Amino acid sequence: MNILYDEQLDGALTRVDKAAVLDDLQQALPDMTLLHREEDLRPFECDGLSAYRVMPMLVAMPHTLDQVETLMRHCHALGVPVVTRGAGTGLSGGALPLEQGVLLVMSRFAKILEVDPDARTARVQPGVRNLAISEAAAPHGLYYAPDPSSQIACSIGGNVAENAGGVHCLKYGLTVHNVLRIEVITIEGERMTLGSEAFDAPGFDLLALFTGSEGMLGVITEITVKLLPKPESAKVLMASFDDVEKAGKAVGDIIAAGIVPGGLEMMDKLAIKAAEDFVKAGYPTEAEAILLCELDGVEADVDDDCNTVRGVLEAAGATDIAQARDDAERARFWAGRKNAFPAVGRMSPDYYCMDGTIPRRELPRVLMGIARLSEESGLPVANVFHAGDGNMHPLILFDANKPGELELAEDVGGKILELCVEAGGSITGEHGVGREKINQMCSQFQPDELSVFHAVKSAFDASRLLNPGKNIPTLQRCAEFGAMHVHKGELPHPDLPRF
Amino acid sequence: MTRTHHEQDAHPVQAERGQDIAEQLCEQVRRADANATPLRIAGGGTKAFYGRPVEGETLSLTEHHGIVHYDPVELVVSVRAGTPLTELEAALDAEGQRLPFEPPHFGPDATVGGAVATGLSGPRRPWAGAARDFVLGCRLITHDGKQLRFGGEVMKNVAGYDLSRLMVGAQGTLGVLTEISFKVLPRPAATRSLRLEMPVETALERLAEWGRQPLPLTAAAWHDGALHLRLEGGTSSVAATAERLGGDTLEAEFWNNLREQRLAFFGDDDSRALWRLSLPNNTPALALDGDMLYDWGGAQRWLKTTADAETIREAAARAGGHATCYTPHAQGGARDPFTPLSPVVAKYHRQLKAKLDPNGIFNPGRLYEGL
Repeated sequence: MNILYDEQLDGALTRVDKAAVLDDLQQALPDMTLLHREEDLRPFECDGLSAYRVMPMLVAMPHTLDQVETLMRHCHALGVPVVTRGAGTGLSGGALPLEQGVLLVMSRFAKILEVDPDARTARVQPGVRNLAISEAAAPHGLYYAPDPSSQIACSIGGNVAENAGGVHCLKYGLTVHNVLRIEVITIEGERMTLGSEAFDAPGFDLLALFTGSEGMLGVITEITVKLLPKPESAKVLMASFDDVEKAGKAVGDIIAAGIVPGGLEMMDKLAIKAAEDFVKAGYPTEAEAILLCELDGVEADVDDDCNTVRGVLEAAGATDIAQARDDAERARFWAGRKNAFPAVGRMSPDYYCMDGTIPRRELPRVLMGIARLSEESGLPVANVFHAGDGNMHPLILFDANKPGELELAEDVGGKILELCVEAGGSITGEHGVGREKINQMCSQFQPDELSVFHAVKSAFDASRLLNPGKNIPTLQRCAEFGAMHVHKGELPHPDLPRF
Repeated sequence: MTRTHHEQDAHPVQAERGQDIAEQLCEQVRRADANATPLRIAGGGTKAFYGRPVEGETLSLTEHHGIVHYDPVELVVSVRAGTPLTELEAALDAEGQRLPFEPPHFGPDATVGGAVATGLSGPRRPWAGAARDFVLGCRLITHDGKQLRFGGEVMKNVAGYDLSRLMVGAQGTLGVLTEISFKVLPRPAATRSLRLEMPVETALERLAEWGRQPLPLTAAAWHDGALHLRLEGGTSSVAATAERLGGDTLEAEFWNNLREQRLAFFGDDDSRALWRLSLPNNTPALALDGDMLYDWGGAQRWLKTTADAETIREAAARAGGHATCYTPHAQGGARDPFTPLSPVVAKYHRQLKAKLDPNGIFNPGRLYEGL
């Protein structure tokens, strides 16, 4: 898979001379940290998708908005691409640098500017860690709901850029549901406010458009998030099943009973074993699947719901149902799930994490498909599943030191995503397209739909300087990739320029 | 590999009819685009008052109706844009579910497409979310007359730009919505509404305090000396909270009347204009002439006033919000119903419109002049 930027497929970039760009930026921004030596650039060559590495031309680490503004104006004038990076924890290579580009690192904007308990909002800079917002809000009995598993490290700016999720999405929503306002600096160096402190803003919902746009439309410089009151009570049930399909059906039964759990997670046998070996969560290693169901809210309702869910799980054929007796046991149950990725990492030299979503009813069919792909390739696959909202995280185990295994893992991963698309789902639920899934976008969308995305992009960044090569593939790339929607090799709109 | 979209309509005949009608709509759009003829996109016409008047050939969505796909266990429903809102709500109700953002109808002919295009939400909005929060995907006719699909029928989907949410509230100025997929939720086990007499200052203080607590609150409106509350949730918590808060029992119909602007406050027997102020949660009472009704826990305020647009918008902006005039200009309302955009934001609105509707055929001027 040609994952690195390819000018033939992804569009030509302006030829620039590193020394000249460095000189221009140093003159314009004498007080801004600008890294240019190889040893300084090295730490920035990848994000959380560490299999792919590119040395950026320069790394800019501004600490004032004026610097960001000036940097954008100069990059725009020089035709230098800008890749924005937060904490670098993203799993889809959204912050993968460009050899001919500036990597704009926003980590120095790390202040919580204001927590307003009466308005139930927090105004923060983009480099603030996700968990730090909840920590700052905690004294007021409030918290920030989206909780991606990297929440101790990932930054809120990156969360907005990727529309990050977490284990509580079904009930509390994604980032897009929990952000009120963002401040943006455009590629031309203009400042604008999208959304407002109120619940809506006049005009188009550009806040929604920018959320999850992967740094392709502007640079996010400040975020106002909604805070929620902490639920009074949260209880967790763990149900064991001797059959994955039964567990999948139980998920639907819980929803059908009118319950919307705070969290509803499923793990298969391999994931259970990995987690148990790693954190001793108390998981039943003989089970084929477990469900973790968290019910939260007002104490009395939670107790009622626990009883209802217990009945549903029994009827669905659970072989064992355990309820966490106290907060310590509840934390232990969750620790197994939240550490599933590193736990699987201990079983295998490398793993490749997928992020497809499907309608829940398709779960048995998709799991069977994954098992078949695993068998054919000889690569074990552990399944961790945000079951409530249909977001699967199959983890493909491989050894990058064995020749051909990385490519094999990528191939299996690509096929898993295509299974998700066929089932009516999506290639990414919360990790983003980035560079990783750029080719699978050709399966998810038709060329006409991709053309609309390109039109949107060009309204905000006509010169294609913001994070080029990510998120939306060119029609040329899809033609080359053998996209299913390119009929008999003929591209639609033969008159359109192919970048 | 082929993309399947679960288009197994409950009724194959309807599905075929739906495709035929969609193709006719596409054809009308193609013709309009070729001739740069403005189109006035119309559903049931119940929200035609909302925004600036549009001159153009009518593109009617009402024939494009029907529920395409509803799977209660998935919490997802896909509906054609011309479907009456009442029909969708009845289908959801039969399965014990609902659209949590309780969209206003403003008349029996309200369609699903109109509800989404205007993006309006009812009293539950601060607690449950807005129309845009429940839109998972859509089908859209682009200016060149192609029906395309964005988003989907899954809860989480971050592939590509979020075109579906961009369409919510865009009032048809960027494309024609033909089908919408929503996330739906179960109705709660228990509901109770209360009326507590208190002055507005006390009500706002209480609401700020309650906002920090995990109460089963899903609506809060103050008017005429009393705070009106709705509690929804489990039987136990609703009963316990009602006991704790006290007050008198309120008919649940109050919330429908508020949402539909049927309360006496909204009576059109006076010549004052009706304004909607959208404000941050903890905004104190504003010094504006006229009658005020507080909804959304104070974050949405209805004002009947003779004050001029500038005064109202200035007061809303100072508080961190904005103001929309609901009374049409022809009936004495403001010339520009929506708060003007800042120059940079306006520039990107124009550029986006120019890219998605280069010949300016979709509801031109409905939101802003020239857009």
